[in-house]
Amino acid sequence: MAVRNSSANFMDFNNYETEGFFDEMFEPDGRIRPHYQRLFESIERLNPDEFEIRRRYIDSAFLSQGVTFTVYHDSQGTERIFPFDVLPRIIPRTEWAHLEKGLTQRIVALNAFLHDIYHEQKIIKDGVIPASYILSAKQFCKEFVGTKVPRDIYVHISGSDLIRDGEGRYLVLEDNLRCPSGVSYMLESRQVLKRTFPRLFPTSEVEPVKQYPDELLRMLRYIAPSANPDPMVVILTPGVHNSAYFEHCFLAREMGIEIVEGRDLVVRNSHVFMRTTQGLKQVDVIYSRVSHEFLDPSVFRPDSMLGVPGLMNAYRAGNVALANAVGTGVADDKVMYYFVPRMIKYYMGEEPILPNVDTYLASEPQDMSYIMEHLPKLVVKSANEAGGYGMLIGPASTKAEIEEFRQMIKADPRNFIAQPTISLSRHPTWTDAGFEGRHVDLRPFVLYGDGVKIIPGGLTRVALRKGSLVVNSSQGGGSKDTWVLRNDS
Amino acid sequence: MLSRVANSLYWIGRYIERAENTARILDVNLQLLDDFEAYVDGVEEVFWEAIVQSTGDVELFREHHDGIDADGVTAFLTREAHNPNSIFSSVSSARENARMIRDQISEEMWECINEMYHFVRNEQEFLDNEETTNYDFFEEIKNYSYRFVGLMEATYFHSEGYKFLQVGRYLERADQTSRILDLKYFLPLPDGQQGGGTVDIAIWVAILRSSSAVDAFQSNRTGEADALNVSGFLILSQNFPRSIRYCLRQLEQQLRSISGTDEGFYANRAEKLAGRLMGDVAYASIDDIWEEGLHEFIDRVQLRLIGLNQSIYEEYFQLPAVDMEAEIAVQRSQQQ
Repeated sequence: MAVRNSSANFMDFNNYETEGFFDEMFEPDGRIRPHYQRLFESIERLNPDEFEIRRRYIDSAFLSQGVTFTVYHDSQGTERIFPFDVLPRIIPRTEWAHLEKGLTQRIVALNAFLHDIYHEQKIIKDGVIPASYILSAKQFCKEFVGTKVPRDIYVHISGSDLIRDGEGRYLVLEDNLRCPSGVSYMLESRQVLKRTFPRLFPTSEVEPVKQYPDELLRMLRYIAPSANPDPMVVILTPGVHNSAYFEHCFLAREMGIEIVEGRDLVVRNSHVFMRTTQGLKQVDVIYSRVSHEFLDPSVFRPDSMLGVPGLMNAYRAGNVALANAVGTGVADDKVMYYFVPRMIKYYMGEEPILPNVDTYLASEPQDMSYIMEHLPKLVVKSANEAGGYGMLIGPASTKAEIEEFRQMIKADPRNFIAQPTISLSRHPTWTDAGFEGRHVDLRPFVLYGDGVKIIPGGLTRVALRKGSLVVNSSQGGGSKDTWVLRNDS
Repeated sequence: MLSRVANSLYWIGRYIERAENTARILDVNLQLLDDFEAYVDGVEEVFWEAIVQSTGDVELFREHHDGIDADGVTAFLTREAHNPNSIFSSVSSARENARMIRDQISEEMWECINEMYHFVRNEQEFLDNEETTNYDFFEEIKNYSYRFVGLMEATYFHSEGYKFLQVGRYLERADQTSRILDLKYFLPLPDGQQGGGTVDIAIWVAILRSSSAVDAFQSNRTGEADALNVSGFLILSQNFPRSIRYCLRQLEQQLRSISGTDEGFYANRAEKLAGRLMGDVAYASIDDIWEEGLHEFIDRVQLRLIGLNQSIYEEYFQLPAVDMEAEIAVQRSQQQ
């Protein structure tokens, strides 16, 4: 139903429709959820012209700071800012505590799983996950079975994507365990929003996020080989042409560490060094934003120009730490996702706090026939793609597209999963027609070092196209600031 | 500091300075042309040709332009991407380098270069405004450069990275001042005009102006703005920050401070070349220079700056070549 209020010349929600979706700000009957009450009042007091001026200022601030991503295949080298929506997404204390518990449980289980399959492989021997699924996973690095990693931690940095179903229940959509990006947007958006709309901020009531780089550095220092108290920590980037390069630089600057490319590093006697104007300097910890198959051309892809020959020798010898560990990708394979609830039960003896979305494995005969029958209603994902690529959204696809996927699934069942179409929750978002509901997800950022730390906040991605469920920046998505409240309202 | 980072800083220093100087040359030429037309008709082509010659890019220019005129040369030096020395190319390269190492410079420095880049990219939009002209555009370029230098002084850690920026900046500036002086060589006097005559003096004054040196010249010299005095000032002044001697002195000092070497000594080939070049210039008199020929002298300085650039590269930036295949083979042999 439509949400009403009486003021005419102010920012208003007069024509806002919740249309039967779970709305983050409004109850189904149009009442404002209590934790949005203050924000709602501040928004109403804003003058629309002033609102527009400030909104534009945000765009120009992002452009002049160069908070942009590069649009590939564009000879002009067009840079776009990641569209930012002013209205923040708000999470009350209790709800956040629930998320924190659920994410911690999940990351601990995933880490236990990685340690297990790279050592004893008990979970296979006990028949909880069929061996074939693990051994056939593209990201499983059999070369690393038996390798000890510092402090037994594999997934130091992760960002699982969460969504909410029609009842507002939080579900895990996928686990990003390799190099999830977006944390710089979380930090920059908070800063710019605070500067532009200072009055929106009940400063004392919103949990800060700016400690993230410090927490990240603390974690990276914690995993240094032989507990070196003053390790040299660097961030490894594929280079300036990578679409997340801005973020790599941002984090390096915030942490006060060097950003290096493969060509800056060299391995001698199983130790890693960087090449400086004063000669070679030893490196102890690498926060890698390079996919592992490009890390070392003497072990993985020999054609990699981004890598450092011998890096894996140094890593196996325990002379350098890598975050995340090599081989974590096996656990965010979308087929492995299906088994995460079993991992939680197996390693922790607990029920999952944050459930998965119902998932069908194309390689299981029963599931396969279900998928084939219901394809136009399902979302199909290939096991190893990210960024919204390699995906079929049945209800939004043509018959030809559906048939194409049908053949692809039949040809390579191991590579596909299917899920029912979930209608993501919606959030009021500024559009040309005033505030309208747009679908959102949530990516909180999780650090695993001396314990698990989750920064209270995260990246709320919003599908800006009306009705769209795809929130990826490469496909018309934008972002929102995410406020975790110290209290419940 | 990473060699790659030092290399980028050095080139940021050079590119920003280069963009500024290209703006200076174009700016002054437009003014000169206004002055000159009072004396002689049809000199435009000679003027613009001299500009292109002083930049050393005549052939490249002819590849892309049929005749020589104000619009063609201005476009070539301002916005054409195929000219690696145009303002657009210089600023784009400065920004590309800054982007690669933006964690290594201050936020303010990065924003300055980034805004400068967006300004140059939107040149047309700026000129479409009825209240703005080419002069304003060049003025803005200079202002961005001053802002950058100011931010470098005021917001940046004055350690190794700062020194590489300074080395790049002063090397480029010495080169550019020499090019501005050389302009005179390519600019024949119109018929009936002589050295020391009205037109000759007008050109020397313009050359002073393009180096922002008019006030400094006047307060330091009682003499007229003729060939000897102006060239003497722009080459040999001890204290004017755009004179070749001053730039070489800064360059030599900054280089030595990177390696921590005392004055009068050198620790590597780059310092040796810089010291010798500085000595040659510092111990020349303006009469010696004119005896050799101003153009010949300038040519020699420019060649030695190129040599110096090369030796700085070899000393600090060049990564010892890694033979990837050999490296991979060695590392494989060490795997069990």
